[in-house]
Amino acid sequence: MSILDVSHISKSFGNTEVLKDICFSLEESEVLSIIGSSGSGKTTLLRCLNFLETPDSGTITVKSNKIFDAEDLDYLTDANKRKNRLHFGLVFQSFNLFPQYTALENVTLAKELAAKREDNFKENKKAILESIKQEGLDLLAQMGLSDRKDNYPHQLSGGQCQRVAIARALALKPDILCFDEPTSALDPELTGEVLKVIKELAETKMTMIIVTHEMSFAKEVSDKVIFMDDGYVLESGTPDEVFNHPKEDRTIQFLSSFNK
Amino acid sequence: MDTFVEQFPVVINALNIGFLQTLKLFFVTLIGALPLGLIISFGSKSKFVPLKLLVRFIIWVVRGTPLMIQLLIIYYFPGLVFHNNVWGSNETGRFIATAIAFIINYSCYFSEIFRGGINGIPVGQDEAGLVLGMTKKEIFFKVKLLQMIKRILPPISNEILTLVKDTSLARIIALQEVIWAGQAFMKGSQGISGEIWPLFFTAIYYLIFNGILTVILGKLEQKLEYFK
Ligand SMILES: Nc1ncnc2c1ncn2[C@@H]1O[C@H](COP(=O)(O)OP(=O)(O)OP(=O)(O)O)[C@@H](O)[C@H]1O
Ligand SMILES: [Mg+2]
Repeated sequence: MSILDVSHISKSFGNTEVLKDICFSLEESEVLSIIGSSGSGKTTLLRCLNFLETPDSGTITVKSNKIFDAEDLDYLTDANKRKNRLHFGLVFQSFNLFPQYTALENVTLAKELAAKREDNFKENKKAILESIKQEGLDLLAQMGLSDRKDNYPHQLSGGQCQRVAIARALALKPDILCFDEPTSALDPELTGEVLKVIKELAETKMTMIIVTHEMSFAKEVSDKVIFMDDGYVLESGTPDEVFNHPKEDRTIQFLSSFNK
Repeated sequence: MDTFVEQFPVVINALNIGFLQTLKLFFVTLIGALPLGLIISFGSKSKFVPLKLLVRFIIWVVRGTPLMIQLLIIYYFPGLVFHNNVWGSNETGRFIATAIAFIINYSCYFSEIFRGGINGIPVGQDEAGLVLGMTKKEIFFKVKLLQMIKRILPPISNEILTLVKDTSLARIIALQEVIWAGQAFMKGSQGISGEIWPLFFTAIYYLIFNGILTVILGKLEQKLEYFK
């Protein structure tokens, strides 16, 4: 049983069709890398999974629950959207940390707000907040940032910011964690620390979808690779199939541009 | 009462009373114009185009004409045109007319500052909140509001310091604020006449009050310097 089934997703902005009949599925604990040239629709696909964009057609199914169906948009109230998007986490290229909160507060804020929405919050306030804080500290420790918990984003390096952002996404325990070019905004010497954290997550059997231009990283960490071109999934398979034995001319062309 | 030493306490007493009226106008304007400005800024961003255009037109007119003319129109227009001076001719009526003119004028200036402050926050902040399952209300209050306040505090401070001085415009409809109180000693009041120094002395009041505000607003800005 797949953890994620994406079926016939398409999306247009005005007259330009950016995603065209996207289909793929993902098993639990798998790591999927999405590669492809600029403008091929990778970011848009992640944004659709996270309900930041609404696809024009298709369905998205997580753990056998259809969480999106373009035929049934009435169901997509704000509250349902909020509930369903929590199956996914999203790590942005530009981190998007909250500048007025410390590293730890960035990690715990959403969890605290969610807890406050629950009925039983008032009675157990102290215990709940304490456990959220402890989880936040554990996540920062996992990211190697224990000593940075009280720093504000502007006091952190890009690599540290991105690791805080990963901890923030993990705090809500998503089924599938998505990364949109997590190292593209970083200086080359800082990409290593972020890729290392993602590799460690893969070892803990986290299900992940990673949009990346780091080909050797994608080869190493993924179970599955998708090559996107002009809104289509042009080729997909194991890293060996896609990187070493690509079938499509466009894939060969794209990959060769990285080996110069 | 010919000597300065005799005149001084009398003048100070009158100026204090006048300055109280100045302060009242200042605070009433702020309390009215800050929230109204926020509402107008939402109107000027409205997706309903006729409302947006109307609001932007009003803002353009209000910001493009002198506050003094707006004050004169609001105070005299009902009486001259409808032969019904809704404000009455006592001090309370004059104060209400002045306050309304000031609130309308300043809320239009504030609304433009708010609009810039809201627009200036990167969409990534909204999106980060959304993917973390926050409600729109939580995103506004917990994520964006403080960033917005930090952005708008310097231009808002400028407007507030300008407002202190603008209150003197109320003199034109004889509101008994501090300038009016100082000028009274030229024409003659409480046994003092032909004296111009009380009018000049009112400047000290503005200076001191603006000094205090500058310090307070500066402290506030400093408080928000802990993040970028
Ligand atoms: N909100 C939008 N409105 C209009 N067009 C958009 C919008 N978002 C994306 N597009 C267009 O959709 C296409 C795909 O964009 P997308 O960002 O998904 O590409 P990408 O594969 O992530 O590219 P990159 O590698 O540069 O990040 C581009 O042509 C882009 O200009
Ligand atoms: Mg992209």
